[in-house]
Amino acid sequence: MDNYKIEGSPKTPSITFDLQGGVLEIKGRSIPENSIEFYKPLVDALDKYSTASKPATTVNVQLEYFNTSSSKCILDVFKKLESIHKGGSAVTINWHYEEDDEDMLEAGEDYQAIINVPFKMVMVNE
Amino acid sequence: MKEVFEIYEKMERNNILLSFKGEVTSDLLTSILQIMENKMDDFQEEPKMKKKVYNVLVECLQNLYHHMDEVPEARRDKLKSAIFMIGKLESLYTIFTGNYILNENISGLKNRLDKVNSMNKEELKVYYKEVLNNGEMSLKGGGGLGMIDIARKTGEKIDYNFLEINDKISFFTLNIKVSQQN
Repeated sequence: MDNYKIEGSPKTPSITFDLQGGVLEIKGRSIPENSIEFYKPLVDALDKYSTASKPATTVNVQLEYFNTSSSKCILDVFKKLESIHKGGSAVTINWHYEEDDEDMLEAGEDYQAIINVPFKMVMVNE
Repeated sequence: MKEVFEIYEKMERNNILLSFKGEVTSDLLTSILQIMENKMDDFQEEPKMKKKVYNVLVECLQNLYHHMDEVPEARRDKLKSAIFMIGKLESLYTIFTGNYILNENISGLKNRLDKVNSMNKEELKVYYKEVLNNGEMSLKGGGGLGMIDIARKTGEKIDYNFLEINDKISFFTLNIKVSQQN
């Protein structure tokens, strides 16, 4: 399987998915007007990965901003990860937030409350 | 020409940093957000405040982007247009938006806004998670999450108004305040 890579833009995050290492990274801003269109390929890639997942899957999310349109898509991504976790790959989601960004920490906690996957809240110094 | 000066003075009085009237496109929003980010850097706004204003601005402007097209096709030439203004007075940012809305859609929107306005911080958090997780996703956006998010991030009631234009359409305005305290 090929790795999955998307360059970031002013409104969309960079995404790298190392399928051999089982590491998914989402970084930057996620404020597109049409989030479904942007996230669909990632959801599809996760579907494929779920049939050949590694024993452990690490997910690093480091978002500076995200809009509410993205928030539902991110939940969809996390739900895929939840089913991969149930399927036997130990998934960990590392949710990064900047030191003073309580809103971003709270957003991570909202997901943590919904998704049945271990979350780690990781504080980043600016 | 006197009119131009009057508009200028009016904006000056209301401490308007930036205003726009017309069709709201994706490219326009990219530019506006970039301009506002630069301005906030110039003001040496604290990162926390900068993020809050930016987030709320994204939700307000994308609301306009998604809902400008709710007016019937036949009237679109004239009505596919919205207004927004961003003001700043010391550490208080104000975002005004205005767009046309079909009268038949008013009661649904009003109910949602009133529901959000009746909730405290903790209730908003619970409601946000409920709407986030209810599985519904509109093609247009967050399926109703925008207003909840604005209320959570500003810690203020959402100030809104519907001005009836005729028996089919009204003009919907929002006045959102973002300040340091919250």
